Amino acid sequence: MRLALLLASFALTVYAGIRLLADDWFGVALWFVGAAVLHDLVLFPLYSALDRAVVRKSNYVRVPAYLSGLLLIVFFPLVFRLSPGYESASLRSADGYLFNWLGLTGALFALSALLYAVRARRSATNRRPPDPHSHPGS
Amino acid sequence: MDVKEHFRSPVRGPRFTSVLGLVLLVGMPVLFVTGLLSYTAYNPGLGPPNDRTPDAGLLGFQLFDWPAGPSWLYWLTQSVHVIGGFVLIPVVLAKLWSVLPKLFVRPPVTSVLHALDRLSLLFLVGGTLFELATGVLNTQLAYWFPGSFYRLHYYGAWVFAAALAVHIATRFAKLRRGLRDEGGEELRAVDPSEETISRRGAVALVGAGSFALFAVTAGQAIGGPLRRTALLAPRGGADPGPEQNGFQINKPAAVRGITARDTGEGWRLSVQKADGGTVRLDHAQLRAMTQTTARLPIACVEGWSTGNQDWRGVRLTDLARLVDAGADDDMFVESLQRTGAFRAVYLRANQVRAGLLALEVNGKPLSLDHGYPARIIVPAAPGVHQTKWVTRLTLGRPA
Repeated sequence: MRLALLLASFALTVYAGIRLLADDWFGVALWFVGAAVLHDLVLFPLYSALDRAVVRKSNYVRVPAYLSGLLLIVFFPLVFRLSPGYESASLRSADGYLFNWLGLTGALFALSALLYAVRARRSATNRRPPDPHSHPGS
Repeated sequence: MDVKEHFRSPVRGPRFTSVLGLVLLVGMPVLFVTGLLSYTAYNPGLGPPNDRTPDAGLLGFQLFDWPAGPSWLYWLTQSVHVIGGFVLIPVVLAKLWSVLPKLFVRPPVTSVLHALDRLSLLFLVGGTLFELATGVLNTQLAYWFPGSFYRLHYYGAWVFAAALAVHIATRFAKLRRGLRDEGGEELRAVDPSEETISRRGAVALVGAGSFALFAVTAGQAIGGPLRRTALLAPRGGADPGPEQNGFQINKPAAVRGITARDTGEGWRLSVQKADGGTVRLDHAQLRAMTQTTARLPIACVEGWSTGNQDWRGVRLTDLARLVDAGADDDMFVESLQRTGAFRAVYLRANQVRAGLLALEVNGKPLSLDHGYPARIIVPAAPGVHQTKWVTRLTLGRPA
């Protein structure tokens, strides 16, 4: 049953694949296989290493870093002005995207720092022993 | 040392993978279906130039005529498709992270069936990342991929879908067990390191990533005051002023080689029947015809929308009637532009009945960059079918 399913799916894959590879077969194959290879063997070790390298391994640093990095991976063509067709097609400048990404990154870290400060304060207050002189009749 | 011992995160396990799998189980079919709806919206059944994949063969089917309404139809299906794609990116990345130990399983192949299964996974992972990459790059107008977006993204979708179907069919039972945290021993860390984030925290983190991507892009589809929240989307930010009719431009006149002279007093609109006579109208004659208004958006395949604009112009049926066209005649629209994949397009009869040749928008004549002197505006049609700088309309097909 599983074999039949696999073979059927490969038939569809070949049918679509022939058309996908019709023009620049090498380029397309490179992108397809390269996508899988790049992620598993290059990007993954990279973000593992970055994760280990983060000072103090604190979630208050990791979370904003991960969110900022995610936004950058997705939008780097606009952020780094690598999309030449954008400005001529839209009559808009791509300058604002780097600024926006930096601003978002700053806001994420600032929010995280704020949360850290609030939690640090709260745990310090909880840990302070009750003042023996402030209770009448003790 | 076994490579698997390198993967020490205590977050990994059947539960984490299955939760992510459940999200993708719902999300991926939605992306595939909305993608097919977008394909349908181009009316590929009318042939080239509408059909961007004429060699599709069995994969080149159009199940139904794309409707010419409601006005928000293509906006809805394409917004779900593009925003959905962005939102699933962290889920896909987290899922791949969670099953990475299985990539290094030893021995790599235990049987022919196992080998075929792993090949299918290569198509699944490659296909998913290929679709996400081509889609995301296309929305940013970064045409780095090796070929036409429509071809790559359409055929890539079928390779992905074939692999996804197998994956769902063969892993569904495992997903259900995994949600109960059963099985999946090959995923759990052999020597787990100290916990730095709980499993629930990890899921929340993936959710936060999805929310972040939603927040910085959704505004370009929703429009209005929320457009400014789309801080990283190509079509966020402010809209231009009234000199550009108050909404964003895609491909200004200069890019298409259109000059003021082409659209000046010498411009004529030709309306003709495929095997019949031609009627030519100038600016004044067009304006003398009955004008109708319509409130319609332009929704782009890239997942953004201009929002509703107030259009005013001549009904396409009134123009068709000038040459005695039939009620079921398709219309071939041609633009002055000499470049661009959509300088000519077919409109189906239902679209002709619902559409306008717009001369004004938001109370002013069309700006040159927005298609002066005349552009098509049809409800529920994709943005590239709202042809600018129209110069000829041909009704019906040659016999």
